[in-house]
Amino acid sequence: MNIIGKPLTRVDANEKVTGKAKYTGDLVSPHALIAKVLHSTIANGVVLSFDLEEAWKVPGVVDIVTCFEVPDIQFPTAGHPWSTEKKHQDIADRKLLNTRVRFYGDDIAAVIAEDDIAAAEALRKIKVTYEEYTPVFSVEDAMKPGATTIHEEKPNNVVVHSSYEVGSFDEAIKEEGLIKVEGDYDTPFIQHCHIEKASSFAYMESGKIVVVAATQIPHIVRRICSQALGVGYGDIRIIKPYIGGGFGNRQDALTEPLNAFLTTRVGGRQVRLEYTREETFACTRIRHAMKFHIVSYVRKDGSFAARSIVAYSNQGAYASHAHALVANAVNGFRMMYPVGAIKGEAFTVYTNLPTAGAMRAYGIPQIGFALESHVDDIIAKTGFDPIVFRKQNMMKLGYVDPMTTITCHSTGLSECIDIGEKHLDYTNKRKLYAKQTGPVRKGVGMAIFCYKTGVYPISLETAASRMVLNQDGSLQLQMGATEIGQGADTVFAMMAAETVGLTMDKIHVVSQQDTDITPYDTGAYGSRQTYVSGMAVKKTAEVFRQRLLNFAGFMLHKDPWDLDIKDNFIVHKNKTERLLSVATVAEESCYSLTNSEHISAEESHHCSDNTYSFGVCFVEIEIDIPMCQIKVLDIINVHDSGTIINRQTAEGQVHGGMSMGLGYGLYEHLEFDQKTGRMLNDNMLDYKLMTPMDTPELHVAFVETDDPTGPYGNKSLGEPPTIPVAPAIRNALLNATGVAVNSIPLNPEKLFFASRDAGLIQ
Amino acid sequence: MAKKTIPCTVNGKKREYTVDIRSSLSDMLRGQEGLDSIKHGCDVGECGACTVLIDGKPFNSCIYLAVWAEGKTILTLEGLSDKKGAISDIQQAFIDEGAVQCGFCTPGFIMASVPIINSEEPTSRDDIRKQVAGNLCRCTGYEKIINAIEKTQHKRIEEKKAK
Amino acid sequence: MYDFKNLYEPTSVEEALKLKKEHPEALILAGGSDILIQIREGKLAGCDLLNIYGLDALRGICMEEDGSLLIRPLASFTDITMHPLIKKHIPVLGEAVEQIGGPQVRNIGTIGGNICNGVTSADSAGTLKAYDAVLEIASIDGTRILPYADFNLKPGKVDLRPGEILTGIRIPKASWENTYGDFIKYAMRKAMDIATLSCSVNVRLSSDKKKIERLRIAFGVAAPTPIRAFTAEKSAEGHALNEGLLKKISEGVLADVMPRTSWRASKEFRLHLVEELARRATIASIEKAGGKING
Repeated sequence: MNIIGKPLTRVDANEKVTGKAKYTGDLVSPHALIAKVLHSTIANGVVLSFDLEEAWKVPGVVDIVTCFEVPDIQFPTAGHPWSTEKKHQDIADRKLLNTRVRFYGDDIAAVIAEDDIAAAEALRKIKVTYEEYTPVFSVEDAMKPGATTIHEEKPNNVVVHSSYEVGSFDEAIKEEGLIKVEGDYDTPFIQHCHIEKASSFAYMESGKIVVVAATQIPHIVRRICSQALGVGYGDIRIIKPYIGGGFGNRQDALTEPLNAFLTTRVGGRQVRLEYTREETFACTRIRHAMKFHIVSYVRKDGSFAARSIVAYSNQGAYASHAHALVANAVNGFRMMYPVGAIKGEAFTVYTNLPTAGAMRAYGIPQIGFALESHVDDIIAKTGFDPIVFRKQNMMKLGYVDPMTTITCHSTGLSECIDIGEKHLDYTNKRKLYAKQTGPVRKGVGMAIFCYKTGVYPISLETAASRMVLNQDGSLQLQMGATEIGQGADTVFAMMAAETVGLTMDKIHVVSQQDTDITPYDTGAYGSRQTYVSGMAVKKTAEVFRQRLLNFAGFMLHKDPWDLDIKDNFIVHKNKTERLLSVATVAEESCYSLTNSEHISAEESHHCSDNTYSFGVCFVEIEIDIPMCQIKVLDIINVHDSGTIINRQTAEGQVHGGMSMGLGYGLYEHLEFDQKTGRMLNDNMLDYKLMTPMDTPELHVAFVETDDPTGPYGNKSLGEPPTIPVAPAIRNALLNATGVAVNSIPLNPEKLFFASRDAGLIQ
Repeated sequence: MAKKTIPCTVNGKKREYTVDIRSSLSDMLRGQEGLDSIKHGCDVGECGACTVLIDGKPFNSCIYLAVWAEGKTILTLEGLSDKKGAISDIQQAFIDEGAVQCGFCTPGFIMASVPIINSEEPTSRDDIRKQVAGNLCRCTGYEKIINAIEKTQHKRIEEKKAK
Repeated sequence: MYDFKNLYEPTSVEEALKLKKEHPEALILAGGSDILIQIREGKLAGCDLLNIYGLDALRGICMEEDGSLLIRPLASFTDITMHPLIKKHIPVLGEAVEQIGGPQVRNIGTIGGNICNGVTSADSAGTLKAYDAVLEIASIDGTRILPYADFNLKPGKVDLRPGEILTGIRIPKASWENTYGDFIKYAMRKAMDIATLSCSVNVRLSSDKKKIERLRIAFGVAAPTPIRAFTAEKSAEGHALNEGLLKKISEGVLADVMPRTSWRASKEFRLHLVEELARRATIASIEKAGGKING
């Protein structure tokens, strides 16, 4: 391949280093009205009344809308492809503004004003009367008999309870001589922390409601807005400019439905609804906190006889993506080590906390921590070698998952492990470090993962691409798939250039999605775009290329099937002599007085396959026991993501995922007031996102496999790098101290209590 | 509300802005000069996306009152390109090293790195990290950002030596 | 846009004092990195501000004739860290304020604002307490001198009376001369953070470097306001440089502190840190002074 695999710079880099790239807030009119949302200050109850008198007196207030005035429509917010089967549809459990308050921060009213100061002042002057119920914050409390019902549709607060069994667990554990290992593992709520806040503005034009929004999923948001307002899909138009990160938070309708409604209240004037950082933390989405109970039965030969898992996922106030995440987690539990009998059970439970939704790797960072910690607990109990044990039991080539039928079409996991092991000298160091005493110790740890590339067959996978030939021989590429920072536009451009036969400078990507114009795609999530949307690019490029060749054949009086395109020129197949430039073909195709034909192509791709990507993290840490601090000395992620389309952007994805994984393992968690349910650390100072000083040097390596189902042999990469880091650190701590800490983050206070309980601190 | 006229130098040009005294510097520069490279990620000086240089030093323009800019020399990302629009070495390094992803923190990071690349002596990677510790990025893990800054600084020092 | 009402902009210290007397309710705006944030949060929305940020007479660091180091309140944290007099005589103060926020915050934040906020986590407070800083507080009616030790009345409340502005922070020569200090900020991350606990120690050793002549130790976040650990200091006086000294300091500091449990950290964890940081900062100070524990 000519272009695929080259470490090319991003197609949007120049725009971004010069400040020319326009984000939502850069496009808003200076005359836009400003909307602000009034959030509830109780976690569970009902709004009885508002006193708006003082708020209306604030100069500049244009409109105040309360939960008593919005359409009586419950709508879903999850960024899933719509299912035409009712039982598979997302749960519709919220209104634009809610009378029934379900978390501290629920949307109960909104003010539209001439400026932000007036809007903020009016909010402060609204008085609310509530009827309060006892809030529940933990899964345990929410499931207790007598707990307040949060949504009447789910009287016991369990959103979904599911289970599966492969083989017979009860039979399998009857085998003689099995070693039983059991553990409980907890993961915290965290937040995405994209640097651009949740933001949109809306106005009406030609009878339509137009919403410009920082979203990963413009086409899905259009559907959700239409459902929320009770208008047709065609009455809504969503425009997605550059966005400042997403990480799954924006795989959900956030400010858009309410913003769409608010502009209709002021005659279609432009209304801006940008959340503050605090609102972005507490009132968008967060990552589910999950609790796992794992039991394993291991044979003396190091193979699994049986495993079981029970998982509880704290959903918070609204369903959003609901059970899909914990279901993915317990499925991941099965897939990683598909040996012996396996049974899984999962609960998703409503509580009176902020709503959990999608976040990078969708339930797998949670199970990744639990499972890979558990594997090292098995190693600690049995004395097996951690690498041999994993290699013996992990997914192999050709595996077909019995529940989903997803097949392992390619795997380089074993090689990934070998590269990481060598980088760290893991095996030797692990033995050496196990014998340490003293206050400062070192440790090494590892963790592996597997990750599905798309969402098939759980959900629809569909994508489309459009290519238009410009008169100079360059190509306009339009995608329904979205650039959210991950580099999608760059790899799509590379794919188009590769398959059509043009050089990169001839590809013009239209980065912005506009649902009135752009081809349909479900959007950026699930690490699906290079795989699913990439196939749409490939198919479109093949059709486009053939149309170009047909016209060139006509011009050259040659059979188009004998022709090819190389580096912007028409050539004979397998020859290099340039017959004609694509620019000449383009000009002629447009302006020919006899045969004008506008060359373009648009193809959609319905993807009905899936494949696994793999990887590993190896880490070396130092712990200062009395200071309760972990320092990362060395860290490497090694990934099998199939063919790497662009090494530079791929490395960037891995770095970012590692950093997020380091935060997950060491620093990040959301804190809530135990009485009120208010989020306490809803800002960038109190929420400990890793700063440049906290981040170690990050090492990356790839094992390239050629996946037969990927458009160019590629598999998922966007989400996976974040998965294995936290358990690798936890296992390194186990190696250093012998102390197994089964919850993250491994922050100083947790280390203090763990070390004290283990007698390492007096 | 009360207004005030603020004379200052912005990206090499002498300017006078009449602003509501309640404006932040970022409000003034975005609103009156269209300098949209200045981003708001937190509005409280915690993310660094609004970083500009004031008299050569990095400040968060979101928590800097516009009235304080009187008589100051301000540089934003837009001021790094030359008059014909050719970008500077540090911007090019961010492109070449792949230091850009979503791009929202990029302007602030580049501005925070300007004092580093102007340094006469090489700065260690740890010190570079310290000098950009007021800027947060969720996409990159900082690795390639640090690379871009380090390489630009080394290149500048080499060029100075060659002269 | 910030929601405040009036912005008073004096062009001289005298005018500032006059305006402060006329508008005692107006909040003094030094660098704004706390006040502007509280305005935005709504806590101080609608307030009046007395903007002194432009008063260069309140900026700068110098040594007075008697050898006192005078730091004017608008000296930024960066100014303090970079200043040759600080580097030479009390580098620990520069090191302490270098751990505040990030570069941008250190450029806008001022030492006067830091201590006038009256919060226990102020990173400059411990070192200033440990160096017996003396404050110069002015009003239109005159100037008074107040030991910094007596400045913090309760959390967030300092002894600034109506019409008063902090105009100087002095560290007397007797306090800084021949001392070596160490500051440890314990936080959840290495930048952009507030202290979970902080400890500032400085020592003066006997001429043979075998004994403590004077040891001072102060903490942030170990009590509702920044505090000195006098019991520990007293027990260290004249003590030989050995493990016994460290043990006495540990016992002493525990008697002096009263940390609380908050969502940020538990009392138990903070008490552990009190001992650990005191021990480490003491050892480091002694080593900087040329001494050695058990040496």
